[in-house]
Formats: sequence, C-alpha cells, structure tokens
Amino acid sequence: MTALLTVFPHLGLIAMVMSLSHLLPLGVSIGHDDGATQAFVISMIVNFSVGCAMWLGTRHYKRDLTPRDGILLVVLAWCGGAAFATLPLLLAIPGLTFTDAYFETMSGLTTTGSTVLSDLDLLAPSLNFWRCLLVWLGGMGLIVLAVAILPLLGVGGRQIFKAETPGPMKDAKMTPRITETAKGLWVVYGLISAACAIAYYLAGMTWFDAVVHMFSTMGLGGFSSHDASYGYWDSVAIEVVAITFMLIASINFGSHFLAMRSKSLVPYRADPELAWCLGIMIGSCVGIALYLDWMGIYPDFLSSLRYASFNVVSIASTTGFASTDYNLWPIFAPMWMLFLCSFASCSGSTGGGIKMIRAQLLYIQVYREFVKLLHPTAAVPAKLGGQVMENKVIFSVLAFLFIYIASIVAMTLVMMASGLDDLTSFSAIVASINNTGPGLHKVGPATTYAVLSDFQTWVCTFAMLLGRLELFTVLIVFTPVFWRK
Amino acid sequence: MRIVILGAGQVGSSVAENLVSEANDITVVDTDAGRLRKLQDRLDLRTVVGNAGHPAILERAGASDADMLLAVTQSDETNLVACKLAATMFNIPTKIARIRATDYLSHPEMFTPENFAVDTVICPEQVLTDYIAKLIEFPESLQVLEFAEGRVSLVAVRAFHGGPLVGKELQTIRKHLPNLDTRVAAIFRQDSPIIPDATTVIEVGDEVFFIAATEDIRGVMRELRRMDKPVKRVMIGGGGNIGRRLASAIESRYDVKIIEYSKPAAERLAADLGKSLVLVGDVTDEELLQTENIGDMDIYCALTNDDENNIMSSLLAKRMGARRVVALINRGSYVNLVQAGQIDIAISPAQATIGTLLAHVRQGDCVAVHSLRRGAAEALELVAHGDARSSKVVGRRIEEIDLPKGATIGAIVRTHEREGSDGKITREHQVLIAHHDTVIEPDDHVIVFVVNKRTVPQVERLFQVSVGFL
Repeated sequence: MTALLTVFPHLGLIAMVMSLSHLLPLGVSIGHDDGATQAFVISMIVNFSVGCAMWLGTRHYKRDLTPRDGILLVVLAWCGGAAFATLPLLLAIPGLTFTDAYFETMSGLTTTGSTVLSDLDLLAPSLNFWRCLLVWLGGMGLIVLAVAILPLLGVGGRQIFKAETPGPMKDAKMTPRITETAKGLWVVYGLISAACAIAYYLAGMTWFDAVVHMFSTMGLGGFSSHDASYGYWDSVAIEVVAITFMLIASINFGSHFLAMRSKSLVPYRADPELAWCLGIMIGSCVGIALYLDWMGIYPDFLSSLRYASFNVVSIASTTGFASTDYNLWPIFAPMWMLFLCSFASCSGSTGGGIKMIRAQLLYIQVYREFVKLLHPTAAVPAKLGGQVMENKVIFSVLAFLFIYIASIVAMTLVMMASGLDDLTSFSAIVASINNTGPGLHKVGPATTYAVLSDFQTWVCTFAMLLGRLELFTVLIVFTPVFWRK
Repeated sequence: MRIVILGAGQVGSSVAENLVSEANDITVVDTDAGRLRKLQDRLDLRTVVGNAGHPAILERAGASDADMLLAVTQSDETNLVACKLAATMFNIPTKIARIRATDYLSHPEMFTPENFAVDTVICPEQVLTDYIAKLIEFPESLQVLEFAEGRVSLVAVRAFHGGPLVGKELQTIRKHLPNLDTRVAAIFRQDSPIIPDATTVIEVGDEVFFIAATEDIRGVMRELRRMDKPVKRVMIGGGGNIGRRLASAIESRYDVKIIEYSKPAAERLAADLGKSLVLVGDVTDEELLQTENIGDMDIYCALTNDDENNIMSSLLAKRMGARRVVALINRGSYVNLVQAGQIDIAISPAQATIGTLLAHVRQGDCVAVHSLRRGAAEALELVAHGDARSSKVVGRRIEEIDLPKGATIGAIVRTHEREGSDGKITREHQVLIAHHDTVIEPDDHVIVFVVNKRTVPQVERLFQVSVGFL
C-alpha cells in the first residue's frame, strides 16, 4: 500500500501534464468548429483536477522511488493515461462503449494503431487529431516525456526510465543525467517529426492530414483520419515520404541523437542494429515484390514493388498503415510481414516487437552453441558491434523470448476458446503484442477490430500494453513476489 | 558543470555522490565494471569501463567537453597521465589529481602546465592525518577546522557539566570572556540543529560549533567543558598509510606507540619512523593492549582499513581505560551508529576529505569548504568580490544580508595592505568575529556556516557578482 502512496503524487503530476496535451486538439476543435470542443474542455478539467487532487493529497508520501515503485508507476501511468484519454471520445461519440474507447486509446498510446472506429472520414477532426496525438506521445514514451519536462522524478527517474525503455540494454546512457537524455530524445523526435509533416505537405496532403499522419508515422502507430488509410490518396509521392519516415522512426533514436549532436553519420555506422534492420526490411520489399509479380497479382513489376514496399515497411516497422488490402495476397506474403514485425525495428525506436538487437543476440547465441559443439574448449564471447555482451544480457534475452512466445500462445488460445477462428486469433494477438495494428482475415487491413466481442477486445488491449512495456514490467505486477513486503 | 571522475574507489564514489546531488553532469571511469554498476544503480550519472589513462577512454567519458577532471584512481601515475592528456588533448580547464607518494609531492615543479599540468594536487591521506593531528592537539574538541590559512578555526565541542557557560544564555559569553571574541555558529541538540540567538541556553550534551581566532580557541573551549590534561601518550592501531603518516607527523611531540599486524610491514615502519615504538600484533588483542598499558594512554586512534576492527579495538581500548578513543570508519551508517556512544570520535574519511574537492566545484570564489555532521551541514570560506552596487554582500551590515534560514556568518578575515617606508607592501590580516553591525568590505574572506546543505547554492548565489559588474 505504501508503494501506491509513493507513486500517487508522481501520477498526479503526469496527469496534469497530460491535461496540457488537450490544448492542441482543443485548438483544432475550435478552429474547425466540429462540435467536440465541450468534450475536450470537460476532459481537460477532469484530468487536471484529478491530477491536482492526487498530487495534493499524497505529496507528503513522496520519497525516492525504489525499483518496485518505478514499475508500479509506469504500469499505472500507462493504464491510467489510456483511461483518461478516453474521456473526449466517450463524450463526443454517442454510443461508444468504454471497452471500445479504452481499446482505441490504448491502441494509440502503445502505437499499435488498430481501431474499432469506422467512418473515420466523418469523425470530428479534433478527435482524429487526438487519436493520432496519443500515438505520437506514446511513441517516445509518457515517462520519458515526464522525466524530460518535470524534474520531479529525481533519483528514482532512472528506475522508471528503465521500466519504459525498449531494448535489452537499459543502462546505456547518452548523457550523464537522465533528464538531459530524455530532453535530447524529445528534441530529436520533435525535429524529425517537423521534417516529416513538411514532407507530407509538400507531397500533397493538406496541413491537417500532414500533421495527423506525421504523428502516426513517427510513433509507428498506424492511425489514419481516412478509412482507406493511404489508399485515400493513391499517390506514389506520399507513399515514398511515408516509407522514408517509417524507416527513420524504426532506427534507435539514441543514434539519431548522437548523429545530430556530433553532426556526422559515424554514430549510424556504430549502431549494430541499423544495417540489419534496414537490410531485412528493404530485402523483404524486393522479395515480396518478386513473389507478387510471380504470382501475377499485379499487372506489372513496378506496381508490385510499389504496393509491396509500402505495406511491407508499414507492417514490418510495426506501423500498420495500408495502401491496399493485402489480405487478398497469397497467405505467405502477409505471414512474412507479420513475422518481420515481431523483430525488425531497432531498440530505442518507436516500434514494437522483440527488437532487432534481441534477434541478433539470439542468433549470436545459436552461433556460439555451434562453435562450442565443434570446439568444446573454445572461448566464444558474444560480440555485437565490436562490444562483448555479458552473459547476463543473453540470459535476459532468452527469458524475454520465452515469455514473449508463451504470451502469444496463451492469448491466442484464449481468443480461440472464446470462439474466434485460428487465423484471426493468432494474427490479432501477434499484431497487438507487436504494436503493429491490423491482423489478418476478420481483423485485416480493410476491416476493424469492432468485430471482436468485449472480452476479446480486452485481451487485445492487454496484449498491446504487454508489448509496449516489454512484458516483464507488466507481468511482474501480477506476481505475488511483487506485493510481498 | 560537466565533471569526469577517474576512479570509483572510496574517494571517487563519495565525491560522485556529493556532486550528483548538486546538479552536475558526472561521468565516472573505472576498470571495475561491478563497482561502476553499483554506483550507477544508485546515482544519476554515466559510467565508462576502462583504463583512465587511455585517451580513447577519456574521449568516451566526454573529456572533450568537460569542465573539470578529477583524477582520483589508486595509482598516482594514472592520475598524472590523465591530467597531462586532459591538458594536451582535451583542453579541460580544471584538473585535480590525487597524489599519494611523498616523493612526487615534494617536487611541485612537476605539476606545472608544461609538465604534468595538474592544477590542484590533493592527498586525502594527508587531509585525514592533519584532521587527526588536530584532534590530538585539542583533545576536548570533536572537530577542528581551519580557515583563512589557519587564522580562524571552527571548533565543534560537546558541552559538559562543569563548563562555566553551560546552562547559561549565550549573551553572557561576553562577560565571561571580556578579552576574547567568539561566535557560536550553531548548536546541535540531539542531532537536530538550533540556530542560536542571544537568549539560547547551552545544555549539557549539546554539540556546539563556535568560530574564533585560532589562538583563542582554547580559552573558549574552557568555558564549555572542564579541560583535560594535555595529551602526552598516543597509541595508534594500524600502521597503514594513515597510521604511518600520523605517527611521523606527531612523534616529535608525543610518545607514540603504533600497532601493526604484519611483521614485515612493522619492520619497514620501524625503519621509517624515528622515536615511535612499533609493536607487532592484532589491534583487537586484549593482552597486547594490556601489556602496552592502554589504560595510561591519553588517546587511542584505531586507523586500520577495516571498519569492524577499528570499532571493536577502540571499544576495547575505552573499556580498558584509554582516556579518549578515535576510530576511522568508512561506512556512513556505522559512523552514525557509534558516534557519541562509547567511541568519542568516529571519523569518516570520505566526509573529512570531500571538502577539499568541493571547494573547486562551487560557484563563486570559494576558498575552502568543510563538510560537517556526515555531510548534512557545511562551512564555507567565500571571498566577497565587487562593490556595493554589484554585490549583494559587500558594503552591507551582516544583519542586512539576505542569508537563507540556517546560514550564519561566523567571521571575516580582512587583508590590509600597507606600504612601508622602503616601498615594500606588507600584508596584514585581521580576524573579525561577525556581529550584527559588522560591515563587509570588498575582498573580505567571509566564513559562513550552513546548517542545511540544501541552502548552499543560495549562499553561493549571494556571493556571486552580478553580471552588470563584468
């Protein structure tokens, strides 16, 4: 219980910061006069006053955060953040259930991008803006934002930073102080985002669409303000911009930060994940294009290449935009794309999945076992990018992989038990835990998650949170050890 | 400030801990990854594993844009090389090195910019030795700290029954000591600070911090407690680095016995020292202490590098009749545990030596910093620059200065320059004990006592000259 009291003042402050983020959609709403103004005002007031009350009521319990407090804070911040973010949606969309609204906001914050809403083109612009803004905020992380702008977290800041940062090597720091690191990350994120929005505008989007899709692209989310997603424009230029920025966002933002600070490309070369990440994605684009061409899906190779590139990069980077219904492609292609999304993006990016670095470490470990079979006395260090990885890291990756696979199997079985077909169940869970978005069959790119029952929606919501906070952080809260004194 | 600390040993870790809390960007370099991991888990800083004397490692630690280098590894040579590299390759403005070998210390010319480029040399062992030597000189005090090149002292004393001032209001101090001027800077009663005013009554058991000119401190102490006989016989437990230095520093004035566990080390010690009697044995050996007349010792200092041994051996010595016992204790929690109990004085080496380093990190012109009461309080010697317009302290009476709560100005050292008839400039230093109407003049050295360390930045800001002056 004391752990709860310790994290409450911090949660209160985060809620107050979140309430400030309402200002942007509020402005959009007033500008478009779309009828959602009142919803945002009420939501903002509720957010702020609840946050304020939490902070005032419990601020005397503030002490340095232990690792346990940090984990609890992160999990509560994400669950609570998604819950508060539903308010504008619930108030402005009549008939929307809390289950669906929560799914929608959690899908936004975790940068999944799967939706239960249809007729997006008719939705109030400010609500579309809000959904995509959530993706953008969740992309770099709520806590990273909180650490960057509030000096409140003090010494314990590192603990919670660790609980939210994706990737196995959470001790790597780009600057000596955690606040500076967090600020640096947000500045880089903001600059690339600005470039992205301008590029979209130049490629032919309206300013509103450019900003909304920039949010969604940079966070590797996949929300769109159009039901047809990128099919709405059917423009090569816009697709090229999207592909470029999706690839940029699936690279470690730490590398972007170092490159910008030193004004050179050397940090990119030193990033061991980057080459693999880009290589696998681009290789897959070409491979799938050749496959589609061979199967005769499109009349010529160039259109195969265009559709394959956009959709493969979109799914593999865990974004989830679609420019065509790839559900209609032969099953190998979408399966390969789903497979890619579980590992292709880099650690420290806004993407999901187990991250490229874990895949590389697993590969290295397999290689070590092979060498040891042939040369039982050989000393084989696990070397990645010229650095020797400690066995501790390898073990944690192995444990992570086990929990990852076990979670997918368990949740797929639960979905199937609740009456869903196998392909939909499996693809929905994989797409949710990897924060990708669209799955296959009934939850494919041309349909929405609205077909799921309430129970199934909650399972997917949980899978998204699990994937974004990288399993351990969420699952540990459900262990008795965590609550034992 | 961006600071690179080389070495994560006792000195490095405690400096890092102190500096992190003062909003500095810290990077710590050490060869031991385990030590660094522990440090990083606890503090908000960056760590780099590797040899601190290698350029590539310094580069990775951010030496190219660092403001200060603190080379405090175990090895003098590594520290010297690192400072040289910092000067030639990275242009770090301030370089501080820890040097232990007396041979190096006796050749200051090797630290000049064209040689090893060390701006400040520190020797924590020497600081600690001086500290203990002071305690032997003033056995009634808990701590004696010097400011302004030894002209002013800040002394911590526990008030005892029989002291003429105990049980009286502070304003009576003037009647008692018409010829001496002193100021009580703070009183700690049951570990919590009391800001003294004229009507504060000193109680038995209070820890009283007073400031006086160095030659006056005995007289003031006499008011607070019955004076002991001067020290004659000293026993030192442990002939390591500190024990050896202490023995050689004081053996000409006192009868010194020193106990060392290892026979070869004891023989080397005996060869190095002059008058001191070197004994081979265990510091916790009751029989040895008995035969060497521990009961007749005026002071016993347990200075081995093992906390538990020091505590046990000084408790034993106290029970066997040593008049006063001092123990060296590294672990902060142990210091709190034993201080003011059976053991008269527990010294934390980290706390005793941190001040020398802090003085260089502080904003404003800070000459000396002493960390007090396990780091909770601090005493600073600051120089008041500027004039009445640009400075918030110069030209003002002390009562007009907007000091934060818990900070008191204890004394001022003023330098008068006089031109003699032969054209030579002679400098005279005048120690002024602060009163409410004392006016601060430019270039005065002001000694400030801060009860709560968190208000130190406010004090520093007061002493900074406003930009308009520049």
